[in-house]
Amino acid sequence: MIKGIPVSQGIGIGRVVLADAGEPVWNPEKAVDPNAEKDRLHHALQRFNEKTEHLAKSIEQAEDASRTSDSSQAEILRGHIAMLADPFLISQMEEQIAGGKCAEDACYAALSMFESIFMQTEDELMRQRAADVRDIRRRMLQILTGTEPAPLGDIPEGSVLVAEEVTPSMLAEVNRKNLSAIAAEKGGNTAHSAILARSMELPAVYSAEGLLRSVKQGDLLVVDGMDGKVIPNPGQTELEHYQTRQKEELERKAQLEIFRNRQTKMADGQKKEVFCNIGTPEEAAAALEKGGEGIGLFRTEFLFTEKSTMPDEETQFQAYKTAAECFAGKPVIVRTLDVGGDKQIPYLHMEKEENPFLGFRAVRFCLKNVQLYETQLRAMIRASAFGNLMIMIPLVTCVEEVRSVKSLVKKIMCQLDGQGIPYNKELKVGIMVETPAACQIADLLAEESDFFSIGTNDLVQYTMAADRGNPKVGYLNRPMHPAVLRSVRHIIACGKKAGIPVGMCGEAAADPLLTPLLLAFGLDEFSVNPSAVLQTRAQIGKWTGEKAEKIAEDVFQMKTAEEVEKYLKSI
Amino acid sequence: MVSKEIKVINAEGLHMRPASALAAAMGKYGCNVSIEHNQTSVNAKSVMHLMAACIKCGAEIRIVCDGPDEEEALKAAVSMFEAGFGEK
Repeated sequence: MIKGIPVSQGIGIGRVVLADAGEPVWNPEKAVDPNAEKDRLHHALQRFNEKTEHLAKSIEQAEDASRTSDSSQAEILRGHIAMLADPFLISQMEEQIAGGKCAEDACYAALSMFESIFMQTEDELMRQRAADVRDIRRRMLQILTGTEPAPLGDIPEGSVLVAEEVTPSMLAEVNRKNLSAIAAEKGGNTAHSAILARSMELPAVYSAEGLLRSVKQGDLLVVDGMDGKVIPNPGQTELEHYQTRQKEELERKAQLEIFRNRQTKMADGQKKEVFCNIGTPEEAAAALEKGGEGIGLFRTEFLFTEKSTMPDEETQFQAYKTAAECFAGKPVIVRTLDVGGDKQIPYLHMEKEENPFLGFRAVRFCLKNVQLYETQLRAMIRASAFGNLMIMIPLVTCVEEVRSVKSLVKKIMCQLDGQGIPYNKELKVGIMVETPAACQIADLLAEESDFFSIGTNDLVQYTMAADRGNPKVGYLNRPMHPAVLRSVRHIIACGKKAGIPVGMCGEAAADPLLTPLLLAFGLDEFSVNPSAVLQTRAQIGKWTGEKAEKIAEDVFQMKTAEEVEKYLKSI
Repeated sequence: MVSKEIKVINAEGLHMRPASALAAAMGKYGCNVSIEHNQTSVNAKSVMHLMAACIKCGAEIRIVCDGPDEEEALKAAVSMFEAGFGEK
């Protein structure tokens, strides 16, 4: 069994199709006829162009179908064609052949020369072009040696795609109905192919280290996109276990379908909302498609981690605008940059700290790096003209932080007025309530904020003083601990008293065991991953206010997380 | 031989797309075309060399054309740079 990151839910079982076997080997000593080698080279060049252009076209078509808008992948492929058409490069290859080398050697030498030229440039962006050159070299050598990977268009039914890194182009090429899952050595949740996998409802596990060493073409493979596991050649009992789970999962999904276009209502008719947590603007479309009634948390870190330099205002504006427009008037809550703690961004040169989770992070960092923060806020405020965008401040511990951010917002609004740039004058600014300090002064913060969103992941770890990354204290990291439940109840009560809406965007919002408690406390909005929308809506529909309150009453008689969990499981 | 000094105005400089557009356009001329930048000279018909030269927005460069159709080539190259390669 290999552990990885679950990036798309579900369970898939099938035969391994290796999407890419890497750079091939060849025998450089074979006797050569320069003219024949030159012909081979030119045939390979032509084949490369045809294949690459074909791939670029199919990506564009797939993107039209999945409503993502990353035509950059197709543009990059066309760039590869342009690079390989370089007359200087080709003349270098031909010279090598004239000197007695085989086409493979010639191709390897000429492209490797440019790889090292790009590696040595001062410019970070150009250094990344070295990876493009390697990609071109690998594909050319595969063509020359006749080891091109099997075309993904004709894979047999019940295939599991395995690669070092799954690219959007692979998914564009593949026939969805023959594919049961994806597994890769590299990549994470925000990889473009991960987003595609989720919209294709294809179970996927990434960052499964050692995967390529453990499987070969045609092996049986289980991909568990729920727990993030990949199991090569499972034993009979294990296989049966997963087949059963797969069947249950599919049945459960089919049953939930009826909730897709319904309003979220409790059994007694009280209206609630299920929103989505997303990390890239492309996911907004998937969230809408899955039945999300808004975005409860749009994490903006991806804009900063994807590039090697700071994203400018325009880039950010486009990202926020895309999400806001997608939800056409429904709320889209965008969280300002939450760096520090476990999220590092190299070019911000943040100092190493003894206790990063208690250190210079999130709003603390942003308020000291005003230029960076103003750029982000300005992009958000401009985007508010295109939908119901709201701004959310992370890691608030005191009222001053809220006031400082709001005065920055006001200042930027005045500038925009001066420039005649439109924005939503009613733009709401709310806060994440995720620290014990914010919980304690929730009544005071409620008077200064337009909404609350409870971030349970951090609230639990700070309340319990238990690092969520440390397995030794994992037993303390549970939202059912009475300390956490009391905090959540208190925060919601303070929000209600001040008349502001209260949502929850941590993992606890999607936990079906907690649903009756959150309803009893009066939570308005549950923000969950897009794949959990229907399930959460179904859970909410099971409870009446009266029944939920009775359960909350019982729970508050209990003294330990253990008792609470046991009780909630029993009902 | 003809030449002209010019400033790069498109925001991203001579990255993949403009570099391949320029190389493709220059490839149609019989004369030699080079770009002088930072005391070095690169072959403007080679997209790889153009990219590796890391020519940024604001850079002052000299386009040099030498050969039978040098006037036409220079005119074409200058107009591509002046139009910012169709980018902002």
